[in-house]
Amino acid sequence: MPWRKYSALALVWNGLTGNRDWTVCWRDAAPRDRYDVVIIGGGGHGLATAYYLAKNHGITNAAVIEKGWIGSGNAGRNTTIIRSNYLMPGNIPFYEWSMKLWEGLEQDINYNAMVSQRGVLNLYHSDAQRDAFARRGNAMRLHGVDAELLDRDQVCALVPYLAFDDSRFPIRGGLLQRRGGTARHDAVVWGYARAADRLGVAIVQNCEVTGIRVTGKRVTAIETTRGVIRADKVALSVAGSSSRLAAMAGLRLPIESHALQAFVTEGIKPLVDHVITFGAGHFYISQSDKGGLVFGGDIEGYNSYAQRGNLPNVEDVCESGMAIMPLLGRVRIVRSWGGLVDMSMDGSPIIDLTPISGLFLNAGWCYGGFKATPAAGWCFAHLIAREKPHPFAAAYRLDRYALGRLIDERGAGAQPNLH
Amino acid sequence: MTARTTTPGRFRLPAGGLIDRSKSVAFSLDRRRLYGFAGDTLASALLASGRRLVARSFKYHRPRGVMSAGSEEPNALFELRSGARREPNTKATTVELYDGLEATTQNAWPSVHFDLRRGNALFSPLIAAGFYYKTFMWPASFWERVYEPLIRHAAGLGRASAVADPDHYEHVNAFCDVLVIGSGPAGVMAALAAGRAGARVIVCDEDFMFGGRLLRERLKVDGAPASAWVRAALDELGTLTDVRLMARTTVFGCYDSGIYAALERVSDHLAVPPTHQPRQRLWRIVAKRAVLAAGATERGIVFGGNDRPGVMLAGAVRTYANRFAVIPGRRFVVFTNNNDGWRTAHDLQACGVDVAAIIETRDSVPQSVSAGWNGRIELGSAIVATKGAGLVRAAIVQTPRARETIACDAIAVAGGWNPNINLACHHGGRPAWREDIAAFVHTTPPPAMMIAGAANGAMTLAACLDEGLRAGQAAIETLGFKSRVEKPPKADDEAFSIRPFWHVRESRQKAFVDFQNDVSAQDIELSSREGFRSVEHLKRYTTLGMGTDQGRSTNVLGLATLAHITGRSISETGITSFRPPYAPVAIGAFAGHHRGSAFRPIRRTPSHSWSQQQGAVFMETGPWLRAQYFPHTGDKDWLDAVIREVRAVRTGVGFCDVSTLGKIELQGADVGVFLDRLYVNTFSTLPVGRARYGLMLREDGFAFDDGTVSRLADDRFFMTTTTANAGRVFQHMQFCHQVLWSELDVQFVSATDQWAQFSIVGPKAREALRVLVDAQCDISNEAFPYMAAGEITICSGVTARLYRISFSGELAYEIGVPARYGETLVRVLMQAGAPFGMMPYGTEALSVMRIEKGHVAGNELDGRTTARDLGLGRMMSTKKDYIGRVLAARPALIGPDRMSLVGIRPTDQSQRLRAGAHLVPGNAAIDASNDQGVITSVAFSPSLNHWIGLALLQSGAARLSERLKAVDPVRANHVEVEICAPCFIDPQGERLRV
Amino acid sequence: MRIPCPYCGPRDLREFAYLGDASVERPDAAAPDALDRFVDYVYLRNNPAGRHREYWYHGAGCQSWLVVSRDTRTHEIFDVEPAAQKVTAS
Repeated sequence: MPWRKYSALALVWNGLTGNRDWTVCWRDAAPRDRYDVVIIGGGGHGLATAYYLAKNHGITNAAVIEKGWIGSGNAGRNTTIIRSNYLMPGNIPFYEWSMKLWEGLEQDINYNAMVSQRGVLNLYHSDAQRDAFARRGNAMRLHGVDAELLDRDQVCALVPYLAFDDSRFPIRGGLLQRRGGTARHDAVVWGYARAADRLGVAIVQNCEVTGIRVTGKRVTAIETTRGVIRADKVALSVAGSSSRLAAMAGLRLPIESHALQAFVTEGIKPLVDHVITFGAGHFYISQSDKGGLVFGGDIEGYNSYAQRGNLPNVEDVCESGMAIMPLLGRVRIVRSWGGLVDMSMDGSPIIDLTPISGLFLNAGWCYGGFKATPAAGWCFAHLIAREKPHPFAAAYRLDRYALGRLIDERGAGAQPNLH
Repeated sequence: MTARTTTPGRFRLPAGGLIDRSKSVAFSLDRRRLYGFAGDTLASALLASGRRLVARSFKYHRPRGVMSAGSEEPNALFELRSGARREPNTKATTVELYDGLEATTQNAWPSVHFDLRRGNALFSPLIAAGFYYKTFMWPASFWERVYEPLIRHAAGLGRASAVADPDHYEHVNAFCDVLVIGSGPAGVMAALAAGRAGARVIVCDEDFMFGGRLLRERLKVDGAPASAWVRAALDELGTLTDVRLMARTTVFGCYDSGIYAALERVSDHLAVPPTHQPRQRLWRIVAKRAVLAAGATERGIVFGGNDRPGVMLAGAVRTYANRFAVIPGRRFVVFTNNNDGWRTAHDLQACGVDVAAIIETRDSVPQSVSAGWNGRIELGSAIVATKGAGLVRAAIVQTPRARETIACDAIAVAGGWNPNINLACHHGGRPAWREDIAAFVHTTPPPAMMIAGAANGAMTLAACLDEGLRAGQAAIETLGFKSRVEKPPKADDEAFSIRPFWHVRESRQKAFVDFQNDVSAQDIELSSREGFRSVEHLKRYTTLGMGTDQGRSTNVLGLATLAHITGRSISETGITSFRPPYAPVAIGAFAGHHRGSAFRPIRRTPSHSWSQQQGAVFMETGPWLRAQYFPHTGDKDWLDAVIREVRAVRTGVGFCDVSTLGKIELQGADVGVFLDRLYVNTFSTLPVGRARYGLMLREDGFAFDDGTVSRLADDRFFMTTTTANAGRVFQHMQFCHQVLWSELDVQFVSATDQWAQFSIVGPKAREALRVLVDAQCDISNEAFPYMAAGEITICSGVTARLYRISFSGELAYEIGVPARYGETLVRVLMQAGAPFGMMPYGTEALSVMRIEKGHVAGNELDGRTTARDLGLGRMMSTKKDYIGRVLAARPALIGPDRMSLVGIRPTDQSQRLRAGAHLVPGNAAIDASNDQGVITSVAFSPSLNHWIGLALLQSGAARLSERLKAVDPVRANHVEVEICAPCFIDPQGERLRV
Repeated sequence: MRIPCPYCGPRDLREFAYLGDASVERPDAAAPDALDRFVDYVYLRNNPAGRHREYWYHGAGCQSWLVVSRDTRTHEIFDVEPAAQKVTAS
């Protein structure tokens, strides 16, 4: 008997019968010539959008169009961190909603995405940084989000293996969000794909979009390597390539594409329980359930569509790692990879209508797209279905640049590589 | 000693090999003492002593043995060394044996021979690929508490050291005409061609001996044994001055513009690095041309029980036999689908080793291959299973006639060779499948890289020599050198042919594809059934190729098995991409010396050593270390010291090192115009001898930086920036000048490091200053009033600049002297000021006084505030264009409900304020909807004797004397505060002007 | 990546700072539609996958602002010229 629902029982039954009854996780659909909604981009965001579009809004005549294999973009190239420890009022409710969706995700989609709330700890190294973290932690608490400001001793009790002394920037404390953590990135993609597929959404892989047809000010169809697909609504969910796709519809975006490298070490026995970020450099690290330390740092800093980076950044990231964890010295990096991120001009995302009727945009995620996956899908689906922004994503409008309603967490201004 | 050296190990041949039998090397495995020879790897020494079961697999804890002889080894991983130098997951095949080497088996309990986790295998049907995605979901809270800790504990391989790495690492830059990667036949020929022509050549090999496969084969070059030929060639290369030979050096990454990263293992073949020597060196090699001659890696065949210790790659068997004189078995079966497997059989036979049979998957083989073989051959056959408890004891062979058990204690498997194209893939570009050799090659390598030899799919020695030569010639000829080598040496040209054969489908036993992660053909079938048919999905779902061998022993086998199962061709199926590093690289090597206190350079102020002598406490402000306060005996705590410093300044005189401010000298006819466009306010009207406060915006209209500008002459200006933005402001000015307005006659240069600058502050500042200012310089209030600036001399002729500007609200000067006089000036100031009670003060007191005066600093200039927010809106000129003017007028930047700067004080004066607290109306609920502002800076004001603060508050300026709650949930501290103007002392500014 | 600085020769990426698209030009602040044009100038980018003219600053070298033509897909550099020339030449 084919097991549609995953459970321990299903696992035992299949184990006893040679694992012959498992069926495809999702169906690899061939494109039809028309859908109500076409979502371009089979990453976590696109698939989550498809799922919530079907589940929350009953729109099932929809297709997710993916150039390669689903999850081949940033959904499969990140450091798997989830958190909602933001400062700006435009961001906190959105990311907190995402966190809430993470917390119930596995039961909702019947797929173990290994959401692990192991705690995200941001280290501070000066009084000024402490005060900035206090400001952020307080903003979170006022929004009902968990946050704890720790002093040096409290940090030491939590993560005694850090370099507290003999350090260029001694650790003076940290901001801890216990509900933050990690999730298994690929599983998020597959889980949403499976859940969306069950609700009737078509998932079309190996289908590259080559054009967007606009008549008057209205989108009518997309052109792909597998033919023209007509649609009433076309939704872009292609972080890293947003500008290229938007250009097909004649739009320019407040976005630059940058490469971001990440690294994983050989598997080692449990060492790092939390997600830790270093406040005096740009560095974040966690340990996967398989034992590899997963870490990353800054973007490369120049426009790039090459999914790779250069040596200075690798060295920089490792220097930061050694600055707080000198016991990493002999642990070996086994793989690195590069993803393309949509660096927006204020460091915050865009989920909005566009000047072209029927064309919707989900873009500009900078470093932070993975943790946003559930809420981005939720809010983007709402936008597509209702043609009105979801309240949690109300700040993510395109016109905020013209109006000056920027959401600049870092205060870096209109300079993408400083965000 | 002599007894030791004559003990060759049970599996060591009595003669032969490239080991030094005169040097016995003692090492330990799990604390048991063993011996090998100099020139051994840990793997060859273990095999020589009969240690064949050396590890356990990741998931099922199946017994595993050495499989390969290179860095693709998936099984034989150890914790090498101990204590702070413990290195988990070290491949025995890459470790050069040294005296005192300590190796410990890992991921097995209590031992590799009896591992209790072996029980996992019983559940293997339940824990097939991806099982964890389907369960552990109920109840939700159990994931973090129960399931995940169990998984995490079981996962991971070796244990990392728990303490800081005691060794150090170096970074080196190198430049060359030709970088040759690999020193096998192709590499050596390329190096000879380039080296003899006079090019600058670097040759890297990951091995500790040069020669690549020439060390491993019984082949002849120019009539001599290959190993002798390569030794002669290396000797010659060694004499060429522009050729650098680097053994133990792995080129692991190819980056943009011909930059290659290489790791040299300087001391890894020693117990501890010699004094002043690094453990490893990271080389950044800038190469005009590169020849990738990295050879090829052998792959196995997927059949039942193929992971049993004793099953090895055929090429590795040959390497152990020929290079190390180790025969890892007594009776072999060779399982092959290509000619190369036969070579192993021939070599074994030549060593007098029993080869029970050659199991050949092809129905026929060329006459030249089987010639001279008089043992048993089974054509069109395959091994379907193996037997043995622990080590392999027999192979079960399916021949066209029957199924038969052949007793053996070692199986050499030859599944074909994968060219090592990894580095060529680092820039993207898809490898191409070549049917004739059943392997991927790379036809579109990065710019200026040529691929030669086995790495390019050349499978015979003669072809490798020839390709290497041609690549070397091509590389130098494009650089203008002339080749002096005409043709390659003569070599045995062994034919190569293969008929792809990947997977013995008849196998009922688990047939492994990825040994380290326990991914079997059955797992690939399952994942294919579940729709994970893209190679990348397969990899991610099953973890195939995600181990420490980086998929080098598994990827092609895995995708071929997938292709086989899904009925697609291999080119259709595709290959996962290779990314740096080619072989795992220690994090410490990437970090180099930049760790601990050397993580980033430290900038010290001119008064640093003097302040140190005074016992100052320092704090990091960006790259700078600045004196935070100067504790005196009698100060109860830091606050006490700060209060003392502030009082001394406000009542007498004090000084502070402000040399960290960015300082820029400007000259030219258009400096005034230039500054007008840079700052919101006007400087072209600034009279000579005057200073003015200035604020600049970013082009997006938000406040960027502030400072002062002084006009020293008609065409000469001096400006300061904040410490934090010194670099960025200078860069911004260069942009404005070079890109936007290069027509302006302006020259400027950073003088931050050239001027030591001190503020001298307090009602007695002038009196103190008079002692050192030369008599002809009049600094009276009339001659040198508030905001005056000028060049003076002090201490009988030392050039100095004096600016009458104040950050503290007191009568104050900033004095600048050439940096070399900085420390002397401090001592002079202390002496001259002694009668007036001169008190050095640090950044804390500086901050207290600026908060008392309501001056903004970094906490307020946070990149999100506008000039208006900071109460500086009136400075914005309406008569000129300047950076940021237009966008500062956007609706949301001028809205009345924006947060703007206010002062705050606790209504109960005994209460302490804290920066980072948010402001909520008095009776409102403490939640986000009532969040109206934030406290940005706080200080205890010695003048007012209570805490004060600056805050950004919605519509702040209109809310003076309103009472609010300062809520600080993260510190559980709520204080009622009253809003006031952001200036607590001398609002009229009278003290400045006295 | 190495950038051939017209003054200093080819130098490593570490010596440079990146600003972004060099095809945008600072608008006239006095134009009637100055606000729209400045929003465009400061925020909107073509962000092409391919040839890109971009500003780099040789901060650890000659402190020149450079206009680099580079392929954003391959990082191949076609051309580097001093930014200051652009104005004086026109």
